Amino acid sequence: MSEASPRFYLTEEHHPENGTLLGFWLYLMSDCLVFACLFAMYAVLGRSYAGGPTGAELFDLPLVAVNTALLLLSSITYGFAMLEMQAAGAGSARLGGTLAWLVVTGLFGAGFIGIELHEFAHLIHEGAGPQRSAFLSSFFTLVGTHGLHVTFGLVWLVTLLVQLSRHGLIPENRRRLLCLSMFWHFLDVVWIGVFTFVYLMGVLP
Amino acid sequence: MHNSLDLTRLVLGRLTWDAIPFHEPILLWTFVGVALGGVAVLAAVTYFHLWGVLWRDWITSIDHKKIGIMYVILGLVMLLRGFADALMMRLQQSVAFGGSLGYLPPHHYDQIFTAHGVIMIFFVAMPLVTGLMNFVVPLQIGARDVAFPFLNNFSFWMTTFGAGLVMMSLFVGEFARTGWLAYPPLSGIAASPDVGVDYYIWSLQIAGVGTLLSGINLIATIIKMRAPGMSLMKMPVFTWTALCTNVLIVAAFPVLTAVLALLSLDRYVGTSFFTNDFGGNAMMYVNLIWIWGHPEVYILILPAFGVFSEVVATFCGKRLFGYASMVYATVVITILSYLVWLHHFFTMGSGASVNSFFGITTMIISIPTGAKLFNWLFTMYRGRIRFELPMLWTLGFMITFVIGGMTGVLLAVPPADFVLHNSLFLVAHFHNVIIGGVLFGMLAGITYWFPKAFGYRLDPFWGKCSFWFWITGFYFAFMPLYVLGLMGVTRRLNHFEDPSLQIWFQIAAFGAVLILLGIVSFIVQLVVSYLRRESLRDLTGDPWDGRTLEWSTSSPPPAYNFAFTPRVHDNDTWADMKKNGYLRPQDGFIPIHMPKNTGAGFVIAALCAVLGFALIWHMWLPAAVAFVAVLAAVILHTFNYKRDFHIPAEEVARVESARTRLMAAYV
Amino acid sequence: MSEHVVPDGGAAHGSRKSYVTGFVLSVVLTAIPFWLVLGKVLERPGATGAVLLGLAAVQIVVHMVYFLHMNAKSEGGWTLLALIFTVVLVVIALSGSLWVMYHLNENMMPSSMPDMRQMP
Repeated sequence: MSEASPRFYLTEEHHPENGTLLGFWLYLMSDCLVFACLFAMYAVLGRSYAGGPTGAELFDLPLVAVNTALLLLSSITYGFAMLEMQAAGAGSARLGGTLAWLVVTGLFGAGFIGIELHEFAHLIHEGAGPQRSAFLSSFFTLVGTHGLHVTFGLVWLVTLLVQLSRHGLIPENRRRLLCLSMFWHFLDVVWIGVFTFVYLMGVLP
Repeated sequence: MHNSLDLTRLVLGRLTWDAIPFHEPILLWTFVGVALGGVAVLAAVTYFHLWGVLWRDWITSIDHKKIGIMYVILGLVMLLRGFADALMMRLQQSVAFGGSLGYLPPHHYDQIFTAHGVIMIFFVAMPLVTGLMNFVVPLQIGARDVAFPFLNNFSFWMTTFGAGLVMMSLFVGEFARTGWLAYPPLSGIAASPDVGVDYYIWSLQIAGVGTLLSGINLIATIIKMRAPGMSLMKMPVFTWTALCTNVLIVAAFPVLTAVLALLSLDRYVGTSFFTNDFGGNAMMYVNLIWIWGHPEVYILILPAFGVFSEVVATFCGKRLFGYASMVYATVVITILSYLVWLHHFFTMGSGASVNSFFGITTMIISIPTGAKLFNWLFTMYRGRIRFELPMLWTLGFMITFVIGGMTGVLLAVPPADFVLHNSLFLVAHFHNVIIGGVLFGMLAGITYWFPKAFGYRLDPFWGKCSFWFWITGFYFAFMPLYVLGLMGVTRRLNHFEDPSLQIWFQIAAFGAVLILLGIVSFIVQLVVSYLRRESLRDLTGDPWDGRTLEWSTSSPPPAYNFAFTPRVHDNDTWADMKKNGYLRPQDGFIPIHMPKNTGAGFVIAALCAVLGFALIWHMWLPAAVAFVAVLAAVILHTFNYKRDFHIPAEEVARVESARTRLMAAYV
Repeated sequence: MSEHVVPDGGAAHGSRKSYVTGFVLSVVLTAIPFWLVLGKVLERPGATGAVLLGLAAVQIVVHMVYFLHMNAKSEGGWTLLALIFTVVLVVIALSGSLWVMYHLNENMMPSSMPDMRQMP
């Protein structure tokens, strides 16, 4: 046995780097591909109106602009929450700031979902539900899947608010906040695709 | 009264006593057999007081080694079901000519070929591949476990419950009759209103979640948890193929999830994605499903290539020839596998320019595989070859897979494919590459790593019986299908008019019987090896004079894998250590940080299976309850912050000195 | 168990300035497309479509940089590599599907066949 540190093994405990953030990023990449399929579906079927209403007839663009604003605002408020989390200083003071910005984010997100549900209800009431045509099937599915993701994000947000109140900004909770941050911004990225490709281009002839 | 009727509907959906196949003798007697067997197993477990052990050490285990073993067991058990389907088809096709209709009407036959395909791909090949990667990769990279041990357990149970749903379809309701990819409009609600396609969809969605998470898990493991000194180009080739396979999984399975979700929307909500009316386009399903489907077959074969690389190097006593080119070939295959998918539907009508593009890319993708084969051959050249069982499987693979690959290149030519698409030639081709490539690779891997997992080698005699039955059986079963395909015979038929074809089907049936003997020999091998385990015992942990890190541990390894994390200096790390005078440390052990077992994965997966069953049978109230339960269980699990513990240094010392004594007994 | 590394695992993080910059850029990159469509500014819908897609691509990059802190160093470069790989696959899947489906529709759908146009 050599006196110097052994050639073939470590004598100290080895802590591999935590893989949570990379793993979550990889999950987001897979989610990207799910949305890509839904966009592809919309690209192929988005003009198949089956004699029914078109995007130009149905889409309320000012409302979509409001929704886009809500989501964008929620992104920056989440960013402010993260800044609170990362700032050095007294634990509970930072925790309060973090929680406050998270709540604001959640409210914006809830507003987004509320408006979207209202929009869907209105369309269905007008006879333009997902069964009407392939265009509407792909519209509801793409926009609805995005909305479902936002909803899950809100559930996650509420869960984290509870867990933060209980345990504070421990490393595990910081990792979870970072994951939700990635998720939330990713959903805003997808929304850019949605409002551009579905709504704005959908009203063009 | 009206209310109670509604409630019954909400709870039971379309599940009625008619769902149980009392009037189908084959199914009824199968159920009796399965039930008796199941009762016997449960009774044995109870008699030997094994429930505690089963729950504590296996069902709730987050140990990658145990999970890997369970995946392989799942794959082998489902192989028996999938092969039973194959035997039934071979029997039917060997007798059903002219006036004789055979014993399987189309209604039943169609479910059998669909189930055969679904089971073999999703519940035999995928679990075997995932199981081997799970068991081997952390050991090869010098890690204690995978990056996300809880997710690993959860992934396994999702796969298993997916398999469970498919098996349930035998006895409650029926399975899909659409072929293993369930093309619409046949799989749409209008043409298949019954539960079969729903069983298909939900079992694959549940298993698919497990597979996707497993992919993320293994990529993070390989990137983040390699022992110090193990740069990417010092990883064993099996780990490289595992990395590329899991990249393919993460990149391909979301597409399957999306497409099956769209199909289920068509069936449940009445959308028009793949319908013939209201603007739907069924061809888009075929397009998207093969964007998943082609990478899927590379997911199956790349780990097998990895196994062969390890086996060839070990049993020729030489470093693998052309390590760098092996790595590049694997990466190139990974990327190119996304550029060939249309060759599965040349005949759907996309025209000459599209077909030519994909025909060319398909031919190009055969080149890196050829490079790998040459590397294996050059490794063997001037090596001291030991014809142990894993090497036999590898040699069988080399010959058989090359034939299958060549027929693949033939099919890549669009005009040729116009004649051969969906003929028995195609069926022969993909069985050629899957059996010759994937299955032989998995059997080689199981035989190679069995001593590591269980502490004793497999009996060589019965292993050789299994090998020879399998390989001769394969040729007898599938070479006639090439002939039949060239003569124009279509796949998935349960009856033929032309009596001159019958002899070929009879030869194929004979081949299937030989394969049956191969499977039986394998089972006998398992039993005999267990009974003779003391004489086959692996005392040193390195029964084959291996070259990679897993062989530095005991057989089986301790829960923590390595008492001290290895420090890596070169490729073929264990060979390097042996050559440079490595001495096993005898003291100085430290406490080791390990994750705790948990039942949460099993519970959440079970609730997902209940949700799936409820959705299949339109039991809306149970479905809603199950959905809420899944969500609640997941959220509850996240409130558990105490997920790990430390193995005390004394315990490590005890285990290590026990191994020292064992190795001293080996002279 | 004590953490020896930065509590947030060394993840990249922004500053107040970068978040606000990103936000302002995003607002501008959103307002222009809405104005182009609502105001019917450009004559040809094809040109409008191209500009919309271009601006969307730019805004996605803005989100990646300013909100998701995408850089080549995060996780040893693996984050960026995974993103590039995903983008390549998305491009292949989208453009490939569009190309394939266009040809399939041309060759195989009833509306493109002269005899089928008489069908009810």
